[in-house]
Amino acid sequence: MASLKELAKRPESFTGGHRLCTGCGAGTIARQALFAAGDKPVVVTSATGCLEVASTIFPFSAWNVPFFHSAFENSAASCSGIETAYRSLKKQGKIADDIRFIAFGGDGGTYDIGLQSLSGAMERRHKMLYICYNNEAYMNTGIQRSGATPRGAHTTTAPTGKVKTGKDQNRKDLTAIMAAHDIPYVGQTAVGYWNDFMTKVQKALEVDGPSFINIIQPCRLGWGYKPEDTMVLGRLAVETCIWPVYEVVNGEYKLNIKPKEKKPVTEFMKHQVRFKHLFKPENQTLLNEIQVEVDQRWAKLLRLCNEQPIA
Amino acid sequence: MIKTTYAKGKVVAKTGNEVMAEAMRQIAPDVVAAYPITPATEIVQIFSQFVADGLVPTEFVAVESEHSAMSACIGACAAGARTMTGTSSQGLALMWEMLYIAAGLRLPLVMAVINRALSAPINIHGDQSDTMGARDAGWIQIYSENSQEAYDNMVQSTRIAEKLQLPTMITTDGFIISHCMEVVEILPDEDVKKFAGEFKPERYLLDIKRPYTLGAIDLQDYYFEHRFQLADAMNNAIPVILEVAQDFYKTFGRKYDLYEKYCMDDAEVALVIIGSAAGTAKVVVDDLRSKGVKAGLIKIRVFRPFPAKQLAADLAKLKVVAVMDRADSCSGAGAPLYTDVTAALYSNANAGLPLPKVVDYVYGLGGRDIDLDHFHEVFARLEKIKAGGPIGPVVEYINVRK
Repeated sequence: MASLKELAKRPESFTGGHRLCTGCGAGTIARQALFAAGDKPVVVTSATGCLEVASTIFPFSAWNVPFFHSAFENSAASCSGIETAYRSLKKQGKIADDIRFIAFGGDGGTYDIGLQSLSGAMERRHKMLYICYNNEAYMNTGIQRSGATPRGAHTTTAPTGKVKTGKDQNRKDLTAIMAAHDIPYVGQTAVGYWNDFMTKVQKALEVDGPSFINIIQPCRLGWGYKPEDTMVLGRLAVETCIWPVYEVVNGEYKLNIKPKEKKPVTEFMKHQVRFKHLFKPENQTLLNEIQVEVDQRWAKLLRLCNEQPIA
Repeated sequence: MIKTTYAKGKVVAKTGNEVMAEAMRQIAPDVVAAYPITPATEIVQIFSQFVADGLVPTEFVAVESEHSAMSACIGACAAGARTMTGTSSQGLALMWEMLYIAAGLRLPLVMAVINRALSAPINIHGDQSDTMGARDAGWIQIYSENSQEAYDNMVQSTRIAEKLQLPTMITTDGFIISHCMEVVEILPDEDVKKFAGEFKPERYLLDIKRPYTLGAIDLQDYYFEHRFQLADAMNNAIPVILEVAQDFYKTFGRKYDLYEKYCMDDAEVALVIIGSAAGTAKVVVDDLRSKGVKAGLIKIRVFRPFPAKQLAADLAKLKVVAVMDRADSCSGAGAPLYTDVTAALYSNANAGLPLPKVVDYVYGLGGRDIDLDHFHEVFARLEKIKAGGPIGPVVEYINVRK
C-alpha cells in the first residue's frame, strides 16, 4: 500500500462538491476505494441510496470515472451486465483497455432488496468487486431498520416505545453469506482503517473472479453522534469486537486486526443516540444479552481464523 | 409452399420461437442476458446453443431473475454493447421497474416478448395482457401475426431501436405462434447482418477516456425535460419505423406498415385487431366479401407509438368498427386498444372528420380460442348497427361463460 503522502498526490476520482452529510463515511469509502484502484481504469455502479443521490445531482457528478446507476436492488446485476459487455467487446477486439468494475450498495441495497441480485452475480463469477457501505439502516429514506441493523438499535420502523426497545432481532451475517459463495476474496472492515480498507480493495481487484467487501460506515444522522466522531466510531466497532476486521481468501479465514484489549460493547454504544434507551436500568438484561451475542460471534470467528482469544 | 420474396431467401418450417432466435443469431448481439419463462424459454435455450456451438460472438448471461435480466441488459447496453433478451408474462411483470428505466436512459435494447396471460389465476397461454400493461413504459411495441412477421420484425428491430435510442419489444402470441410450426422464409445471414449494421452508441460507459455519469438523479429542475425528450422521441418515431420498413421492403421484398389494411378500400364495417387472431378474422372477411358484405380489417403492427392520426383517418371512412382486445385493463371503460382507438377517433373528429360507431370486444384471455363463428357473430352485430339497430353494450366479452 502506498503511503498517505503518495496517495495525496493521486488524482481524485471521487471529487468534492457532493452533497453527502458532514461527517458521512460513505464519501470516504468511495474516495479511498478509487484511490486504491490506482491508475487502472474502473467503471463504477451504485445502488440507489445516499452515495448515489448525493454524488450525482444532475447536471453535476462527483465521479471522474464512468458511473452508472439504475435502481435500488440491482447494483450487482447492472455491474454484471457492464462486465459482460466488456468481455464481449474485448473478445471481439472492439475495445483495448484493461478495465475493473466496482459496484457499491448500502446495507439496504445489499443485505435486503439487492441480496438476490448480488448472490446471482457472485455465483456467475463476474470479475467485479462489490462494496457494501454498511451504515446499518435505510439512512437515505430516513433511518428505517434493515437486515443489517443490530439488535436494540432505534430506527424509525423499529422504534423504541412504551413496550419496545428498538429492533428485536440481530443482524444477519452477510459477510459469512458471501464467503459461502466460495468466491476468491471476501473482506470485512471499518471506516477508520484506511490502510486495511485500501489493501482489501487492491487485493479484491487483483483476484480472478468476484470479490466482496463489507465495510461498516458510521452514519452520524442515523446513529446520532457528533460528525467529527465518524472515524472514532468505526474504530470502536472494531475494538469492541462488534465488527471484526478479517478476510476470507480462497476459503481461508484471516483476522486482519486483533484489538489489544477487547472493550465492552457499551464503549461503542454509549456515544450513539440509537442505543441511548439501552442504558436505562430496565434494559440492562438486553444490554447483557447483546454482549453475550458479540462474544459468541467473536469466539466463532477466532476459531475460523485459528486465533487465540485476546489475553 | 410460400413464395419467396428474396432470391437468396430459404423457405423452412420453424416455430415462432425458432425464427426469433434465428434472427437473434443473425444479428449476433454482443450480450444477451435472459431468464427462462414459458412460452419464451425456447428462444433463450436455442440462443444458448448458438453460443455453446460458437455460432455467435455473444456473451450470454443466464441471470437469476427477469429483474436482473433487464438490469444486466441495461448495464450492458449502457456499456456500449448491442444487447437483446426475451421474456413473457410474469417475467415482463418482474421487469416492470427496469422497463421504464431502459426507456428513461434511452437505451436501445431489443426484447422478444411472447405474449402470455398474467396471473392470477396462473395461466401459461397466449393473451396480450403482459405487453399491454407495459404499453406506457416508453418502449416501441411491434406485434406480429405469424412467424414470418415475428422474424421480419426482429430483423428490423435493432435498426429502429438504435436510430431512435428507444428500447423495442417485438411480440408474438404465446403458443399460438411461439410453438406453432409454420413455413417461413429465412434471409441469408450476411444480408441480415448488413441490414442490421453496427451498433455505434454516442456515449458508452466503457469509453473510459470520456467518463460520464449515467443514471443521475434529476430534481424538479431537469426531470421534466428528460421525460419530455423521451415523449418527443416517441412522438417522432413513426417516420423512422416506416423508413426501416421501406428499406426492408426494398432489400427483401416484404412490405410492412404501421398497420395492415385488409379489404379496407370500400369497407363499411371492420375490425381493429392485433396479433395471431387476425389470421382467423381475415378468413371471415373473405367469406363475408364473397357474400357481398363490405367487411374489412385493420391489424395493428406498431402499437407504440400508436399510429393515432393515420388510423383515425382510415377508420373515419367506416360506418361501424369493432375493436378486438386480447387483454383487459379492468378500467370499467374498455380495454387498451379500444381506448386508444376511440381516443384517436375523437382527436380526429376535432379536425372535422366523421366518427364511426365503435364497440369493443375482449376475447381470448388465457389462450381461449376465438374461431370463425365468433368473428361472424361480431360482424353480424356490426351489420345490424350499420342498418340502424341499437349499439347495445359498448364493451362485450366474447366466448366466455358469464
